[in-house]
Amino acid sequence: MNIKVEKIISALTQWMRSFGLPRIIIGLFLLMLFIAAPFVGVNIGTSLSDTFNRFGMNAVMVLAMVPMIHSGCGLNFGLPLGIIAGLLGGTLSMQFNFTGPTSFLMAIVFATPFAVIFGWGYGQLLNRVKGGEMMIATYVGFSSVAFMCIMWLLLPYSNPTMVWGYAGKGLRTTISTEGYYLHVLNDFLSIRITEHLTIPTGMFLFFGLLALIIWAFLHTKTGTAMTAVGSNPVFARASGIHVDNIRALSVVMSTWLGALGILAYQQSFGFIQLYMGPFYMALPAVSAILIGGASVNKATITNVIVGTFLFQGILTMTPSVMNSMIKTDMSEVIRIIVSNGMILYALTRKTEATR
Amino acid sequence: MNEKETPLLEMKHISKDFFGNQVLTDVNFTLRQGEILGLVGENGAGKSTLMKILFGMDEIHQTGGFGGEVLINGQNVQFATPIDALAAGIGMVHQEFSLLPDFTATENILLNREPLKYTALSELFGERLNILDREKMTEISEKAIGRLAVTLDAEMLVSQMPVGHKQFTEIARELSKEATDVADGIKLLVLDEPTAVLSEQEAESLLTAMRLLAQSGIAIIFITHRLQEIIDVCDTIMVMRDGKIIKTVPAKGVVIPEIARWMVGREVNTISHKRAALDNTDREILLRLQNLWVDMPGEIVRDVDLNVYRGEILGIGGMAGQGKLGIPNGAMGLFPAGGQVFFEGQEIPLNSPRNFLDAGMAFVSEDRRGVGLLLDESLEWNVSFTAMQVQEKYLKKYLGGLFKWRDQKAIEEATQSYVKQMEIRCTSTKQKAKELSGGNQQKVCLAKAFAVEPKLLFVSEPTRGIDIGAKSLVLQALRKYNEIQGTTIVMISSELEELRSICDRIAIVSDGKVLGILPATTDSAEFGLLMVGQKSELVDGGSV
Repeated sequence: MNIKVEKIISALTQWMRSFGLPRIIIGLFLLMLFIAAPFVGVNIGTSLSDTFNRFGMNAVMVLAMVPMIHSGCGLNFGLPLGIIAGLLGGTLSMQFNFTGPTSFLMAIVFATPFAVIFGWGYGQLLNRVKGGEMMIATYVGFSSVAFMCIMWLLLPYSNPTMVWGYAGKGLRTTISTEGYYLHVLNDFLSIRITEHLTIPTGMFLFFGLLALIIWAFLHTKTGTAMTAVGSNPVFARASGIHVDNIRALSVVMSTWLGALGILAYQQSFGFIQLYMGPFYMALPAVSAILIGGASVNKATITNVIVGTFLFQGILTMTPSVMNSMIKTDMSEVIRIIVSNGMILYALTRKTEATR
Repeated sequence: MNEKETPLLEMKHISKDFFGNQVLTDVNFTLRQGEILGLVGENGAGKSTLMKILFGMDEIHQTGGFGGEVLINGQNVQFATPIDALAAGIGMVHQEFSLLPDFTATENILLNREPLKYTALSELFGERLNILDREKMTEISEKAIGRLAVTLDAEMLVSQMPVGHKQFTEIARELSKEATDVADGIKLLVLDEPTAVLSEQEAESLLTAMRLLAQSGIAIIFITHRLQEIIDVCDTIMVMRDGKIIKTVPAKGVVIPEIARWMVGREVNTISHKRAALDNTDREILLRLQNLWVDMPGEIVRDVDLNVYRGEILGIGGMAGQGKLGIPNGAMGLFPAGGQVFFEGQEIPLNSPRNFLDAGMAFVSEDRRGVGLLLDESLEWNVSFTAMQVQEKYLKKYLGGLFKWRDQKAIEEATQSYVKQMEIRCTSTKQKAKELSGGNQQKVCLAKAFAVEPKLLFVSEPTRGIDIGAKSLVLQALRKYNEIQGTTIVMISSELEELRSICDRIAIVSDGKVLGILPATTDSAEFGLLMVGQKSELVDGGSV
């Protein structure tokens, strides 16, 4: 009897250790918010629905961290570059007047070559700054956003739903996806449970498909090489691996996932945000995967799922619950405090592998 | 030399082990004032550890202290830090220069011990605002340099000096200490391979300086690999091997071959060569290195010509830093290299590990943690990775080879068989490599190479830093692999006895070149001679 109890306890501590104390604490806090919600008049169905939605919107961008972490390029602070590829894909698909689900597919098709080209160049750059990837990546993201601020104005887009009304040229800061790919994933096979609670099945499936591709890739020969490069590049080189090529491949994959991530985000959000829109997109994604338990050179799909859920859950629930508790409209302020607080916490948790 | 005089330094029954690995056993010696003691021994004989004990280095305290006692002028002393040792009048000149390159000789000599001048500001704000007394500094440093009887510009920047002058600056720094903080002057000077980087002329003037110092009553412990210098300058020679003092003899009348034999030779009969040396006359040349140069920091290879015959075990030995490690690292392409490498008659492009591996060679690096292992991954990954990447082993192929899926089951089975075969001690094949002990990590590295089933295996320092039990297992595994699979092995090691116990032929490398190749059965004194740069008629001159 006692032995049984001991066994259960040891199994439990084992699980706690592998899952990580920070995640348990954040998880309990999130649970507490869900329990408190009905008492302060927040609808639990809406809360859950919002959390699922935000999870679906952001998960792919968090997944975009994984290949680069595996190859030892660190956290993908250059995510805005991938997002820009996605924005180009989305706007081009609209420019050529594809509508409905086709427009989403075409957006992916258009975004892919950009992601590959950008990613390849970005990869070449990162290969020249080994050891300082993350700082360089941050500024690759920032400068590409600034560059595109010019390009959005100059590129010859002409679809009236996208360009400035008065000049007839230059893209607007926000473009509605209505009539194009608004909610194409959200509504695909969506399950409506109550009036307030809907499960966006399509978005989950989209993420699931991409996660499956990455998981499978990491089990192939090349994927194994990628992990080894991240774990010990010298070892990989001594095993005949072209370290730079593998790293560049990982950056291309991360950039492509970033492009797909922003398209999934837009179809749910309803708007394409250009210009400074992508500027701060990297940090929440970086934080989510760190909270999920990834380190600078180790990350799993589980880290992505757990991290995104906790990060977005807290981000959804804290403002609405707190707002109802103190009865003033502070939601935006609280959201900023919570999201930056989470980012700060996550970055302090950054751990690196033994060398 | 008065016999009744208390010796300046006496070390009694010194013993030391690093986590059960005995490095010093019952070391006893005494040193009189003005005596020059030559300390010689192979790498790893325990010379540095002995000196570290004398200086009370942190490393000794952190690894559990030492046994025995150190007496200075008959007083038992226990130095907690090197600073205490300094205060007691012991100075040390290190192998690596510890000088600030952009400071002048004077500034380096008196760093942090500068004579100071008071100024009005120091009255107000305390001693931190004293200024340096430049004149006095020059005076002290010139006096210290003068004792060495060398011409050294005290105002020259260290970065502009030839290496010899740097060495003199270091010695002058130790000498200058009597003028400042050491109460009754420096009494004992330890010189750790001071001549290794010097030209012959510079070394000669250093030896002269040493004699001068000894005449003024300073005792010197002189560590060097150049045996002729020892005979020239020392009063007493002390030979260490395997943590023991083998011989302490007056230097007069000793000849180099004698010292060499004491250094390297266990009693020659203790090692039984289990097989007759292979006859290479009708054997095929498997690997030919021609004019190989390798730019590996600290192990530069200048011009190596070497033939490796199919089926043999070739040892490459020599002193540390002479380039023996550079040979496999360069051939594999881990460091920039040039020259030509022919394997089975085909030229193998250099600087490309992939071509090296594709040709059917493998390399077990001396840098286990840096190059040899994926510390954060499982044993399975470590063992299977190279074979998987190079030879597509342990993969399941789908869609005509488009998808190459990791075959977990095959990996597990292979790893398990190696774990059993090599007696790797681990909790499971899923254990991370960093959690294993050094010896077991080394076995994993070998398993990784064996998994590739190479035709030729380079093994670099396979027994470095592992205990005796694991050592013999590793050597046995290599021998067995050579005998059963017929794999040719090139083994690089600093331990000559180890090479002699398993190799057929041994090449000695010095200054980036092969000095000569001898059969392993050759008397160890011959190898000792070869290592210190003296060829005998037995050497076949580094076959081309």
